[in-house]
Amino acid sequence: MYQTLTLPAWAVWAIAVAAAAFIALCLVSIKRNGGVKRSYFAMPYTLWMILFTLVPCVLIAYYAFTNGGTGAFTLDNFINFWDSNHTVNQMYAEMGPEYEVLITRGTVNIDILIYSLWMALLCTLICLFLGYPAALFMADREMRLGATLVVLFIIPMWMNFLLRTIAWMSLLEDQGLINSFLRALGIGGVKLMYNDGAVLLGMVYNFLPFMVFPIYTSLNKMDVKLLEAAQDLGANGPRTFVRVTLPLSLPGIISGITMVFMPSVTTFFIPRILGGGHTMMFGDLIESMFLTANDWGVGSALSLVMMLLILLSLGVLRKADPEGEGGGIA
Amino acid sequence: MKKSLCLLLCCALLVALLPAASAEGGMVTVYNWEEYISHDAIKLFEQETGITVNMTYFTTNEDMMVQVRNSPSSFDVVIPSDYCVERLAAEGLLEEINFDNVPNYANIDDQFKGQYYDPDEKYTVPYMWGTVGICYNKTMVDEPVDSWSLLFDDKYADNVFMLDSIRDSMGIALKYLGYSMNTRDPLEMNAAKELLLDQKNRGIVKAYQVDETKDKMVAGEAALALMWNGDAMYAISLNDDLDFSVPQEGSNIWIDTMVIPKGAKNKENAEAFINFMCRPDVAEMNFNEIWYSTPNTATIELLGEEYTSNHVINPDQETRDRCEYFHDMEDVIKIYNAMWTEIKSAK
Amino acid sequence: MMKWLKKSYLALVLLFLYLPITVLVVQSFNAGKSRAKWEGFSLRWYAELFHDEAIMKALYITVAIAVLAAIIATVLGTLAAIGIHAMRKRPQALMMTITNLPMTMPDIVTGISLMILFTFTRIERGFMTMLFAHITFNTPYVILSVMPKLKQMNKHTYEAALDLGATPGYALRHVLLPEVREGVVTGALLAFTLSLDDFVISYFTTSPMVQNLSTLIYSKARIGIEPTLNALSALMFLALLVLLLIVNRRASNAQKA
Repeated sequence: MYQTLTLPAWAVWAIAVAAAAFIALCLVSIKRNGGVKRSYFAMPYTLWMILFTLVPCVLIAYYAFTNGGTGAFTLDNFINFWDSNHTVNQMYAEMGPEYEVLITRGTVNIDILIYSLWMALLCTLICLFLGYPAALFMADREMRLGATLVVLFIIPMWMNFLLRTIAWMSLLEDQGLINSFLRALGIGGVKLMYNDGAVLLGMVYNFLPFMVFPIYTSLNKMDVKLLEAAQDLGANGPRTFVRVTLPLSLPGIISGITMVFMPSVTTFFIPRILGGGHTMMFGDLIESMFLTANDWGVGSALSLVMMLLILLSLGVLRKADPEGEGGGIA
Repeated sequence: MKKSLCLLLCCALLVALLPAASAEGGMVTVYNWEEYISHDAIKLFEQETGITVNMTYFTTNEDMMVQVRNSPSSFDVVIPSDYCVERLAAEGLLEEINFDNVPNYANIDDQFKGQYYDPDEKYTVPYMWGTVGICYNKTMVDEPVDSWSLLFDDKYADNVFMLDSIRDSMGIALKYLGYSMNTRDPLEMNAAKELLLDQKNRGIVKAYQVDETKDKMVAGEAALALMWNGDAMYAISLNDDLDFSVPQEGSNIWIDTMVIPKGAKNKENAEAFINFMCRPDVAEMNFNEIWYSTPNTATIELLGEEYTSNHVINPDQETRDRCEYFHDMEDVIKIYNAMWTEIKSAK
Repeated sequence: MMKWLKKSYLALVLLFLYLPITVLVVQSFNAGKSRAKWEGFSLRWYAELFHDEAIMKALYITVAIAVLAAIIATVLGTLAAIGIHAMRKRPQALMMTITNLPMTMPDIVTGISLMILFTFTRIERGFMTMLFAHITFNTPYVILSVMPKLKQMNKHTYEAALDLGATPGYALRHVLLPEVREGVVTGALLAFTLSLDDFVISYFTTSPMVQNLSTLIYSKARIGIEPTLNALSALMFLALLVLLLIVNRRASNAQKA
């Protein structure tokens, strides 16, 4: 029912040599120290990560900087990223002078990148403004709701993400549930789907929990005495919030922004289902480069640009939160 | 507790590593479009031959081409469209079929044999054929639907579904402008692109999608949709308000064929499968389930009036003559790709 | 008054989160196939579910991959965490960077880079490649769950055990592992759920022959989702809920003891 692994001979040899080296190293270590040195426990993992994380990254870089046909070094793929018409312009030029009118710089890739960043930014902001109060109220000790609510926020994420998005389609369609309901009330139909708003809604829906958890965690860690002290010293509610609560929850906000912004730039599938295919996000573009256009060079260049952007923004966020206290989901 | 958990995990491990029961009669791996075959026909084939059928699916020709190029030998039977066969054959990715093992090939209508993509009848056996046209809702459209111009009319703003498929959408725009669907002239392609961009900018297009369209048309989500005739037939069967038409300017006619990719592991089983699919009663089962036009003359005789009088699945010769087959575009496809991405991402 | 406002705000957010899920579950009980029209209550889709070979096969593959990937990633990750913890500062920082790398990489890039690797080395994509991919993205999460437990532990316990004559193997089993057990269990559960829910990475690392539930749903999404898939996800949802309750019970029991 599933295929057998057919490795090329050189890969088998490489793996065999690596395994032999690992065992030899362990044996030497056992002889010397009377036991396996503890740091060697990380060896299988290191080997695994080299094979399945570092090598693939190197391969992406390889495809990005070489010509698909000849394998020679080239920057063409990046030029294609900047000018999406680069290749076809060359074709027009070869076809003859009457086609020169068609030669223009293609801004498609850059436009999609800017659109994706813009949508991701909007999504992050909406998640922040929706999620912060939610986290704040969850952490409210008077209400004693925290633990239960955390579970309630996690549970929806167990439903398959694709099915949840499709369920939104049932709700938003012109003949869908919300519009049927509105019509039953005598209010005319509203166009809810096939536009940017629907895409944004789908994104916010999927990423909101990732904003709420880190903020909740950092608020929960906060010492209540600080708030009491601020109030004793005469600060009013809003002032306490701005001067005490907000700064203390900053690590949570930053890690929330990271966890929402990064994946939302590369969202794919949502524009296709909820946006009616009118727009493409950067994830859709990368996917179509590999799977539809079969242009691995440009696809790899796009992936590299994406990785670079992510690392850059991570660097910026690290600056804002040098301790990295924001923490993960829990 | 701990031990039982361990045991449970070990069992799961064992089960996971056990290969699925292998059949005595061998197997055949078929790579087909989604919902494009009758499951009863597959069961019948398995019963009669003892060969296990492993069905796998794709949604666009382009996706299929990527997979077949990557590892042709993973599949035994693939069902690509005409112009993709041309490409696959040119790339040497097809195995010659031994027609001695496919006697039912005689049932296939001669007008679908020896087409441009396989002039010497070496690689292909036609499976289904069809056209592209407009599926429309009679309650929302009160004029004759005989021109592509309806798809570009402001009257139907936000009421048109286009196909998220490069060749089809570009193709009908070219036809509307009076050009060939197989044009290699970038100026003509550019005119089609401008037309489609304009159509999008004026807010006529509700969505670009592929297979979702038929269910949405049944639900009455839009007035007009660019659609394959089989999908239209399915939609019409569920909603009497719908009808289908192939415009005067002409359209695309296509044939999906069964081929055996290079290095297929079970070639004889593949031939048995292809032969079985050409059997009149089996082709009838397929027709009754997926509603596309069959190239099988014996099956058409079995179906009789019900088939021949249906203008959606059995377009008359005049309509067929207006239509054009897609040809493989080779490198020019890059221009199509670039233009389509521009249309799709335009604001 | 304020309390009431706060509560209703939270209720609204929860309504937003649960609205589509409710729709999904309700649709699974709809007698008809249509997404929009209610044609009466029926368990038809639940019955059909168990006769749908494609879904059953995908379920089997999903669970097999999740279990295998979780086990292997847990072993690999726990060993790695112990190893990294024992390293000197420099290599430790390097290893943690490498561990964080796949977590910050967008899923689509991880998936595509692995697809390139498998194509480049001519490994046919399928069950094994998907398993490798899942182990790759799971292991860092295991390490990050185990690491804090190792840091909390008293450094000298392990050395004391060695000084008292325990062999390293004995010390590992009886001193180290019990201390980090909680982290290991958390890591394994995290790996299991992540693997169960993954779509993007599976999509790029498997062939159309071997589909897990996510990739199956993706290919069905284009031709109209059948309510059987809704029924299945409702059932899986229930199963995970039960799993959560059991884990919670165990945790609270452990606290009492």
